[in-house]
Parts: sequence; structure tokens; C-alpha cells
Amino acid sequence: MRFHAEPIEFTPQPGVGAPVWHGRAVDGEDLLRYAISVHRHQGRLSALWGSDERERAGGFRLHCVFALTEGWQWLRLDLPAENPTCPDLSGIFPAANRMQRATFDLLDIRHDGPDQRPWLRHGGWPADWFPLRHDAGDHADFTNAPTDYDFVKVGGEGAHEIPVGPIHAGIIEPGHFRFSVVGERVLRLEQRLGYQHKGVEHRLASTDFLTGAKLIGRISGDSTCAYAWAYAAAVEAACGATPSPRALMLRAVMLERERVANHLGDLGALGNDAAFAFGLTQFMRLKEDWLRLNADLFGHRFMMDRIVPGGVSHDLAPEALARMVEQCELFAREVSELRAIYDNHAGLQDRFLTTGIINTDLAHELSLTGMAARATGMILDGRVYRQDYTPPPPYAALGVRPVTDERGDVAARVAVRFDEIFESLRLLRAMAVGMPAGEILTTITPVAGGAGLGVIEGWRGEVLVGLEFDAVGKLARVHPHDPSWQCWPALEHAVMNDIVPDFPLINKSFNLSYSGADL
Amino acid sequence: MIPLLRRIFKTGIVTESVPEIPAAETQRLHGEILTILGRALTIRQVDAGSCNGCELEIHALNNPYYNLEGRGIKFVASPRHADMLLVTGPVTKNMENALKIVYDCTPDPKLVVAVGDCGCGCGEVGALFGPNYATCGAVENVIPVDVRIPGCPPTPLVLMQGILQAITPR
Repeated sequence: MRFHAEPIEFTPQPGVGAPVWHGRAVDGEDLLRYAISVHRHQGRLSALWGSDERERAGGFRLHCVFALTEGWQWLRLDLPAENPTCPDLSGIFPAANRMQRATFDLLDIRHDGPDQRPWLRHGGWPADWFPLRHDAGDHADFTNAPTDYDFVKVGGEGAHEIPVGPIHAGIIEPGHFRFSVVGERVLRLEQRLGYQHKGVEHRLASTDFLTGAKLIGRISGDSTCAYAWAYAAAVEAACGATPSPRALMLRAVMLERERVANHLGDLGALGNDAAFAFGLTQFMRLKEDWLRLNADLFGHRFMMDRIVPGGVSHDLAPEALARMVEQCELFAREVSELRAIYDNHAGLQDRFLTTGIINTDLAHELSLTGMAARATGMILDGRVYRQDYTPPPPYAALGVRPVTDERGDVAARVAVRFDEIFESLRLLRAMAVGMPAGEILTTITPVAGGAGLGVIEGWRGEVLVGLEFDAVGKLARVHPHDPSWQCWPALEHAVMNDIVPDFPLINKSFNLSYSGADL
Repeated sequence: MIPLLRRIFKTGIVTESVPEIPAAETQRLHGEILTILGRALTIRQVDAGSCNGCELEIHALNNPYYNLEGRGIKFVASPRHADMLLVTGPVTKNMENALKIVYDCTPDPKLVVAVGDCGCGCGEVGALFGPNYATCGAVENVIPVDVRIPGCPPTPLVLMQGILQAITPR
């Protein structure tokens, strides 16, 4: 299959997961041409990573995942073993900037872009050592020599910098924010992330796929179900396995429960950041009730390790489904009551409205996905039907109603969260009633050399996992990709022209993952 | 304003009606916290490389069910205000330096509590996230640790018990 009359020939990925096509670019020019075509057709860059293929194919490989309306295209570009260099995509897709720099830090695959600063390497390992090269070995004994980072300087009368982090004032993950301000007004925000870099991709190499599932479930604790499902879908695609309809439905139950839990927590925290402690207390109470039912139903408050390759590890009895329906009905009432209070609270709306705006054009430009993109008016949700796009099961049969808001500000991201909670509560009830019978787990046999890409619409946005098996059925290369890669740069834009005290509120309205993007 | 007040009135005080944990246990914990501390304990939480799972449960400590702050235990914004560091891990190389600085900034006497299987370096998950080129592994590999609260992630009740254990005189 070809897209937009471009010469690259794609083959569809088998299986029941999200629509994915695999293809190969013959050279850098070919890749650039395709990227430009994707950009011209309002497509996105979903992920970019590299792999060491010197043992299997005699060189390195660059992997790009592009998203068009129809689905995702996984495009591979072979690079030579000596001085592998890939074309700079950041001029077409700004989102490529950090991904290219991370690819260099991990593999010494160079790019000819203007921004050559390191991204993940802060001096914890030598500049001439690259962890994901097969001959790198594991060295836990490097001297840690933290390096300075070349932040962009803002000059002019009265301009000064406010450095924040890596340790922030709250109970939150680490990252560094450099504000350039005049008075209270933010002129520029530049992020330096990578503080959560744990070498997850290095840990995943050469493990078996069951150990891999444990690691994947701990890339971002708040999205453990989304990651576990994306990974399971990738393994299943690579091994030609199909989970049962009941397993798929139970996965969707977990994913929607994860979405509701996170949205509840965020709505409370957003109230709190606007000095509305009532909101925090009420939503934290609801979230706790929600997590306790998770523990009762699945034996874990965040449902970690419940979605496994081949299906799910926990089944739900009819009584459990009945409890879930009951809770959904209660929550629909409670949340709509709280929504009325939020909507009618002048002080709260004053802080939410017109704060931290990003518009649809910028969202397109930054390849933004998920809740943040939908809050700019884009109908972009992997669970929702669009023209030329059919969502994977079980969502195809559920008829998910898309949630959008055109305003692009904090208020829009609050509204999208509220509406998504209601929609998820509706879906959970529909799934409990329509739960198909059958097995919950099918056996998986690793296929040597198999490759698969899993895409799941998590609560934050599109979670991707691309993986390949080696010749003995172990994991050769796994790249988990968090939507935060694309969303962090949007936050840099959203705070411009707002004041410093609005930053916590704007930041929370995105609530991005550090660990998910730092890996 | 009226719906807001009505909501507060309808919710009531939920702190002591913990469903699946025996109410007596929460009561006893709160009582002990008050006896031992007399006044207050301040905690500086440091995420030195976790997946954010532990942080979600630490957040839950302040929900109205566990109501830790209502019992005199407070999370503070600076290590200079803290009696205790509550550290999650595995400690990344990129956070190693910052964690050491935080430790030095915390006034003596101080307590360090390592949270989670990664932070404690125990269990299957602790082993999966052991030392490698990017991480130092358990918190105790970087700064001295007084008490460990394992779990992936530890539940709020386990966290409360661990914090209590840290401040119980031995």
C-alpha cells in the first residue's frame, strides 16, 4: 500500500491492534521526502528511535513512526556501521529535536540538525560511550560528572532568569525549568529533562518478553495499563497471536479505569493550584474510592501487571462487574455535581480561562497528541472513528464519542477531562453489560525476528511501543514512547505571555510524564 | 456557594471511616503519631528516579481518608524545613548529585526513608531496576537510609506505618 502517491511501499501489520503499516526508506532523501509529504497532509511524527543492527544487518537503523488519518506508518532507514548519520527531521517536525538528540546519546547515530546539545546524557557516562550499542556492555561504575547545559539566553533590559528544579517544591517528578522573565511575565521557558533516565531501553534488551512486560508496566506509573496494553499489542503483532474478545474488553475496562483515576486526580490538583482546596479534597476522596475498587477488582490499586502479552491475568466475576456499574452510576452523579461547582466558581474560572493557550495550528506543528490536542479542537483519539480510520477492538464496537474543546486554554483541558470522565463512565457501564464470554489468556510463542508496533490511547495521549525479537526469541530492541515527548514542547509555548505564578496551573493542566519521556 | 456548602455538608468527615482497613488501625496509627511527635513532623519528598507510582500513593496520604496533614505530618517545599526525607528511586545518575545536595541541606537530626521496591532495592522490581550505567540503584547506595518501605508501590497505609516506624524511638 502507498500513501499520498509517495513511492514507499507499505505492508499492513497483521492482527487486531491499531492500524499499522511497515515500510522501508531506501535513503535519507527518501525519508525526508516522505516526512514532508506527511507534514503536508496534516500528519504527525509519533516516534523516532534508533537501533544497533550490526550483528543482524551490518549497520544501524533509524525508526520513525508517522501518523496519518488512516493509522501509523513505521518507517525504517538503514544506516552504515561507520559514522551513521540520519537526516534532520526537526525542520519539518519540531518534535524530532529531542528524539534525535536522545538517539545520538544512546547510539551515536548523528543528525545534521542545528541543535547538537546532549539530551539524556548529563555526564553520568562518558561522551564517547553509547549504552544501546551491542558492544557497549554494562558499566555501573562510571564516574558521574554532571555537565552544564547551554540554555538559550534571553537578553534585554530587565530580563532575568529563574531556574527551577530538578527537584520541585511539590510531590512531583524531577526536571529543570529555566524561565526567562521580565517582571512577572514569562518571555521564554526552556526545559531540560532526562533526570529520570533509568536506562529502561538498555534493561529491556536481551530479556524475555515476560520480564519485559514487568519493566514496561513501570515506565510511567500513572499510565501502567496503557503501556502494558501497547506492549502486549506489539508482542502479539510480532508473534501472530490474537487475544480473546473477553481479554480485549477487560483491557479496555482497565484502560478506562486508569483514565478516570488520573482525570479525577488532575481535576482536584487543578482546583488546588487555583487555591480551591475544596476541589482537591473532593476529587481526592473520589479518586481514593475509585482506587480501592481497583484493588478489590484487580488486586492492585493501579492494576500493574494485569495486562499481559496474550490477554489479561485477572478475570472479573459478574458480581464484580455489577459493583463496577454501581460505582459508575454514583460517580456520574458526584462528578456532575462537582462540575457545576467548578463551572460556577468565578475565582476558579478567572484563573482557568485564557491561561496557557495553544492553538490548533501549533498543536499540528508540534505533532501534539491526546488530551492536550483535543483541548485545541482536534478530533484525535485512537478510540474514535474518523473518516478513513476504524479504531481497533473493542473500541470499534463501543462507539466512543470524541471529546474536544476549541479554546486551547487551561479551562479547555479541564472541560475535556470532565467530559472524558463522563464518556469513560458510560463506556465502563456498556462494557460491563456487554462483556463477552471466553478465555482471558492465550499462549504466546516468540517468533524469531518478529517485529510489532502497539498503539494505545492512554489518558495522556498516544502511547506507542515498537519492538523486535532477536534470533533466539529474546527482545532485541524495544522502544516505548510517551505522548509527553510531543507535549513538553507545547508547554514551553503555552506559558509564553502568561505570568510566573500561572505556571504551576498550566503545568498541571498538561500533567506530563517525566519518567515516560526520560526512560 | 450554596451547592458548595451542601457538598461539604453531605460529604462530612470521611477520615475515620476507612472501608477495607479496620478503622481501629487508622485510629491507633494516628494516636501513636500524636504521642510520639507531640507537635509535628515535616517531610520533604524527593523523587530521585521513580516511575511516579510511589508519588501517586504519597499524594494519597493527604486525601481525606488518610488525612496525614490533619495529624500534624506535613509535606514541605524545601529540605531546609524538613525533619525527614522520603525518597523514591532507583536513584538515577542524573539525580545523584541533586539528592546528595538535598541530604546536605536537610538540618540534623534527620531521618531518611526509602520508598518502594526500587528505592529499597528489594524484590523482583528492585532487581529489575538495579544499578546500571544510568542508575545507582537503591537510595542507600547514595545517602544513608534509616527506614525502608518496600512495595510496588506501597499502599498509603503501608506508607503511614513506615513513617511511624521511622519516628518510633528504638
